[in-house]
Amino acid sequence: MSESSTNSGGGAPRRPGGRLGRDSAALLAHGEPAVWLMGVGLVLALAMVLGLLGFVFWQGIGTLWPTPATRVTLHRGAVYLGEVARDDRFQPAEAVIEALPPSAIERARAELDANEGWAHRRLIRTGNYELTGEHFQWVSDFEIAQEERPPWALVIERLTWGRFYGEPTAFQLLHYTDEFAETSDPAERRRLRLEHARRIAAELGEAPGRTIRFVAGPRWVAPEEVSPNATVAAVAEIWEGPAAAWAQFLRHHGAVRGRWEERRRLEKYDTGRINHRKEKARLALRRREIALERIEMKSGAESPAAARARAALELARAEYGKTDRETEAEFLAVRSKIADLNRENARFRLALVTADGRNKVIELADIVRAYPANQLTWRQRLAIYGSRWREFLLDDPREANMEGGVFPAIFGTVVMTLIMSLMVVPFGVLAALYLREYAKAGPLISSVRIAVNNLAGVPSIVFGVFGLGFFSYFVGRGIDELFFAEKLPSPTYGTGGILWASLTLALLTLPVVIVATEEALAAVPGSMREGSYACGASKWQTIRRIVLPRAMPGIMTGMILAMARGAGEVAPLMLVGAVKLAPELPVDGIFPYLHPERSFMHLGFHIYDLGFQSQNSEAAKPMVFTTTLLLIAIIAALNITAIVVRSRLRRRFQTGVF
Amino acid sequence: MNLTIAEDVGTGPAARRENGGRLAAVARGETVPAEVHDALARETPALTIQRFNLWYGDAQALHDISMIVPRGKVTALVGPSGCGKSTLLRSVNRLNDLVDGVRIEGSMRIGDREIYDRAVDAIELRKRMGMVFQKSNPFPMSIYENVVYPLRIDGERNRRVLDEVCERSLRGAALWDEVKDRLQDSALGLSGGQQQRLCIARAIAAEPEMLLMDEPCSALDPIATNKIEDLIDQLRGAYTILIVTHNMQQAARTSDFTAFMYLGRLIEYGPTEAIFQKPRLIETYDYVTGRFG
Repeated sequence: MSESSTNSGGGAPRRPGGRLGRDSAALLAHGEPAVWLMGVGLVLALAMVLGLLGFVFWQGIGTLWPTPATRVTLHRGAVYLGEVARDDRFQPAEAVIEALPPSAIERARAELDANEGWAHRRLIRTGNYELTGEHFQWVSDFEIAQEERPPWALVIERLTWGRFYGEPTAFQLLHYTDEFAETSDPAERRRLRLEHARRIAAELGEAPGRTIRFVAGPRWVAPEEVSPNATVAAVAEIWEGPAAAWAQFLRHHGAVRGRWEERRRLEKYDTGRINHRKEKARLALRRREIALERIEMKSGAESPAAARARAALELARAEYGKTDRETEAEFLAVRSKIADLNRENARFRLALVTADGRNKVIELADIVRAYPANQLTWRQRLAIYGSRWREFLLDDPREANMEGGVFPAIFGTVVMTLIMSLMVVPFGVLAALYLREYAKAGPLISSVRIAVNNLAGVPSIVFGVFGLGFFSYFVGRGIDELFFAEKLPSPTYGTGGILWASLTLALLTLPVVIVATEEALAAVPGSMREGSYACGASKWQTIRRIVLPRAMPGIMTGMILAMARGAGEVAPLMLVGAVKLAPELPVDGIFPYLHPERSFMHLGFHIYDLGFQSQNSEAAKPMVFTTTLLLIAIIAALNITAIVVRSRLRRRFQTGVF
Repeated sequence: MNLTIAEDVGTGPAARRENGGRLAAVARGETVPAEVHDALARETPALTIQRFNLWYGDAQALHDISMIVPRGKVTALVGPSGCGKSTLLRSVNRLNDLVDGVRIEGSMRIGDREIYDRAVDAIELRKRMGMVFQKSNPFPMSIYENVVYPLRIDGERNRRVLDEVCERSLRGAALWDEVKDRLQDSALGLSGGQQQRLCIARAIAAEPEMLLMDEPCSALDPIATNKIEDLIDQLRGAYTILIVTHNMQQAARTSDFTAFMYLGRLIEYGPTEAIFQKPRLIETYDYVTGRFG
């Protein structure tokens, strides 16, 4: 003390050594090393979280971005056209180098020498699976004789067979001739059709850059060369050349897709509704049959009750026959509508040539999206990116989940999480209320509490097994026998479904809610309860009016934790209802609108399925990251909603407490 | 047992030492009769306590308390920490029932009804007594709902009745003018003193027979304390008030009668003026003048 005062007062030089020694002692005394350790721990935790999120984000966000199409010509003559998926380095075998032409060997060796024996290669998504049997090709840099980006390279996303890469050669638009089915003479019919074709051609007239062909069997011939004996099914307008073909594609594609959507609606909803009606009638009949069997077993086949049941069965049978005829007629109507739409759509075709010179004609209705990858402006790229995201978020999957959207999975995840929350929160809160407010503290309550906490540590697959065994096989089968006997042996509730999955997850997350609620209840000040009791409130009134509202933010915290845990859980779902492809959503327009017995799709399971069960794993890999990103986003959105609600409650209950 | 009488007060250190034996005797657990002034006999009792004992588990917190609380008067309970005054107060509306392991003996009567009779419903009892706590405890709801809470739990839904009670109670607690324009705001936004007056409004909303106050000002600043004391003054006569306080000046200012307690026993009980100016016991004198405690 005196030393430092003389130092500062007299301005004499300080003794650095002595002071330093004291400071280092102070450092230990202040716990600085502990602070550093804590800092390191925090940094590690942050790095892990941010690293994980960043990685998934980086990998997931770029998947849907349209990249340019590259055409490479190899020394050995092969030509590939496609998008570069990824690249890496490898050590090529000597034989590969020696197979190259002499000039290329030199350059290849130079590249290898410069990189210590490593060569660069790229994975090109070449598509055209139905022609080549391959989705991807590895191409080493030293193999390439020529590389370019052809301006008219089209990337085509199709309904089947995956992507197609090629250059458009022509656009074909067919005009059907009438069939003149009322004429029985084939020769006369041929003549009429030819005449009709000529009329169509005359109406179409002449146009620059467009030729007219008559479609007669497999051969397309010029109108003047057509043989009078040919059956002309249609007149084809043909625009030659990539630019003209592309212009026509853009003109017609929207309308064709519109018709395709309509066809899908007909198939999905109208057919579904008719099927449902027919199934309902069949079940009604089956119910009568079962009722009759039971009555005959109980009171004999000759009893009056059996006679009544038999009469009712006959009535139901008649009813079923009527419904059957009606639905059959409806089916035919829908089917003919679908056939009309298909026929109309089949008029529009795009002819393409692949990089290796093969020709291919694709119907416009099969094309989901097409774009000239090397001509896109930034704005167009963004538009394609946006439309792909829209498809991803809002459409059904196709091609074994490889393409299309994940809407059913998003829907299933959200609905399941909501049902789970609806189940787990009331039960958890009631259990916590009993434990905290009513039960007398003692060894029994302590052991119950320990058991509840341990429940949180049970592996989730165990819950899945329990859910399958108890909910599906025991409870579900019981429900089926009681209420859905007519549907047996195909199970209704006796198998995995969204209700059983939600209940299983509710069990899984119950401890989280109980623990959080108990803590929230314990945090309600005793003075508030006493105040309420002193006003003459009963215990229940105090709990309902004072304790629960005040504990609500804490209960919400429990719900948030439960949702976060439940939404991301996959293992138990695989046993109790999540499927690769669910034909119907658990909520739809058919009475009773909510179908809790249906199996469902789940994003977590979808990720697993994409990553490890798909046939084209190379193409699926980027989608895995995109789907993961989506799952994280959905869980975050659910949590943020709950957090906003909670903070509102908090503001209401905790402002201005002095 | 050497009983001390009032004439001994102020007779010097020797007497004080000798008389100090009374508190020591209490500490040893011996039975010491309370010194109750005659003035109390002339009052109408609102509450009669006879040979009241209370145990928390094995620990006895109240020993043989016998006293009356006069109707329409303010009675203060004073004494050092842990002397059982709060316990006594909370026994009156049976709030101690909520504590595990509490056992009582003796009698406590309002009028001629035994509070601890098996037939008495504690909830009904509490509705007839308002209570104000040391730390203000407004509920997490609006000012209006706070005041009408006792009626709400009775199932009162008539808006007119509720409005009327709310205004009357807030006026009674001298809070109406400050909050009449924001009755629907959260009660937690009020200042500490306002919150405490709100609690008083809530306590008198159901028109109770008695008002129990457990150190109502100990968490408040002097200005807020002043307001509460004024309020107690206004409520005098209309309500029988039993107030626990640590603050001697407050007891002297606000109460008509004062009871001095020590280690669970009633030591001296009489008119406030007498207790503060001419206590019969040297121990009371020591305590009220701040010599101990």
